[in-house]
Amino acid sequence: MYPSLSSPGRPALRASLIHFVLAGYTLLALFPIVLVLINAFKDRPAIFDDPLALPTPDTWSLIGFERVLSKTAVPMFFGNSLIVTVVSLALILLFGAMAAWALTEYRFRARRVITLYLAFGIMVPIRLGTVSILELMVELELVNTLAALVLVYTAQGLPLAVFILSEFIAQIPQDLKDAARCDGVGEFKIFFQVVLPLVRPAVATVGVFTMVPIWNDLWFPLILAPGESTQTITLGVQQFIGQYATDWNAVLAALTLAIVPVLVLYALFSRQLIRGITAGAVK
Amino acid sequence: MKRVSSWQVWAFLLPALAVYSVFSAGPLIDTLRLGLYITDETGAKHYAGLANFHTLLTDPGWSDGFWNAMGNNVEFFLIHMAAQNPIGLLLAALLSQRGVKGAAAYRTVLFLPTLLSVVIIGFVWQLILSPLWGVAERMLGWVGLEGLFQPWLGEEGSALATLSLVSVWQFIGIPMMLIYAALIAIPDEIVEAAVVDGAGPWRVFWSVRLPLILPTLGLVTILTFVANFNAFDLIYAVKGAVAGPNYSTDILGTFFYRTFFGYQSQVGSPTMGAAVATLMFLVILSGVGVYFYAVQRRLQRYTF
Repeated sequence: MYPSLSSPGRPALRASLIHFVLAGYTLLALFPIVLVLINAFKDRPAIFDDPLALPTPDTWSLIGFERVLSKTAVPMFFGNSLIVTVVSLALILLFGAMAAWALTEYRFRARRVITLYLAFGIMVPIRLGTVSILELMVELELVNTLAALVLVYTAQGLPLAVFILSEFIAQIPQDLKDAARCDGVGEFKIFFQVVLPLVRPAVATVGVFTMVPIWNDLWFPLILAPGESTQTITLGVQQFIGQYATDWNAVLAALTLAIVPVLVLYALFSRQLIRGITAGAVK
Repeated sequence: MKRVSSWQVWAFLLPALAVYSVFSAGPLIDTLRLGLYITDETGAKHYAGLANFHTLLTDPGWSDGFWNAMGNNVEFFLIHMAAQNPIGLLLAALLSQRGVKGAAAYRTVLFLPTLLSVVIIGFVWQLILSPLWGVAERMLGWVGLEGLFQPWLGEEGSALATLSLVSVWQFIGIPMMLIYAALIAIPDEIVEAAVVDGAGPWRVFWSVRLPLILPTLGLVTILTFVANFNAFDLIYAVKGAVAGPNYSTDILGTFFYRTFFGYQSQVGSPTMGAAVATLMFLVILSGVGVYFYAVQRRLQRYTF
């Protein structure tokens, strides 16, 4: 125990000062989100008269949600985002884990070069290659398809996934792999049946990390798939706000619909996410 | 033991290498090449050496816009360094104190804004700060300061700083978490030794814990740098591609987008866009270079 918190004499004062700052910043962090959520459930006059009030039985209204869900393409945007995110994530995790396994398990000449080549992709944003990516997608006739987004996001997510997964795969005991090899189990079987199940916790962590930027990206949907039928929720909501700027109920409902999945996901995975960031440091 | 044949190694590596090469590394290199070409009226490309760069950096029709975006981007970065990272450090330092009740809950909530899309963030702050809805004005009124209220997002002098602070608000969770992780990784014995020697909490923080997390502060700086010089989404979501008022919020990302796709009467040019992307690449690369060869190497000596 070290007494850094309980400095002599005034421990209570110190503790309440700490809570004052932290709670104050918590309010600042939550306020905008709460503001959207409470106003999305109010009728139009109440949104304008008293934006800071909670909905009451008098002002309660779901009109915005009704309009957004029945009269707009927002549900379809959700579907698009879901497809793009899930498929990209599956490819990143599978290809990433395979590459991580090869780079940590086998000794071969090109290993260092390939590691460096992939490391480059962690620091340099893929966006800088947009001009060529668009030309390539035009050539492949993939513009305005979800496949274009999946391919780009997979390429974008792979470098970091390979590095994080390598750390975990390196920790798998050598005996386990040797035992399997002595029994004559093939390398592919070792990877899929021994290694992959063992790194499942790491896969979950990498998954959450990789998913958020894909779900939230505005740049590539705007450039590669701006068509009405391929818009993701992030691009869709962006356009929706411009189009329905005066329909506040609808805009606030659309924003709420875009926030809620992230909130739910965060509630489920926040432990994994935070543990991933603070990996190794949590005592 | 059976030796692993090389085709098996490549079978594991190939899917990742192929996708990464074709859709990330390849296009990046090709973009650097395209920056050396010009597009004529028919859309055909001709090799032009460094002509695009010369135009971008010196022709007033282009260079004014470019240097304005570059200057704004530097300001955008400096505001992050001045606000995001010190506040992140403060929050992390408080969270990592022994015996703070609810530290896990604070940590979780403070990280939340980072996960939301900038489209949401941008719009919410636009609502809060708009004179039309008046939430900000009303709240300033509670403390008698409504006279201070200005349409900060709409004025040339304050729009960029306001957007920078919105971005700081959103992304503060990242430096906070990284610094927090570094702080709680410091071995207890080191801190205890300082306490035994009679150091108070301030002294312990400034003379023991802060020097020990310098490598993390270096990492936070370079991550901020790369993210800021590649930023686009927030400005586009709030101000559109023209980054108004009067280009006062234009940064390299929005300048790149307009050059590439065109806007209003100006026709977009892929090759000129590629030249802008190349300059952004050089800026980011030089930042990363400075980090690896100067900062990180020097800081490594402090690690324990």
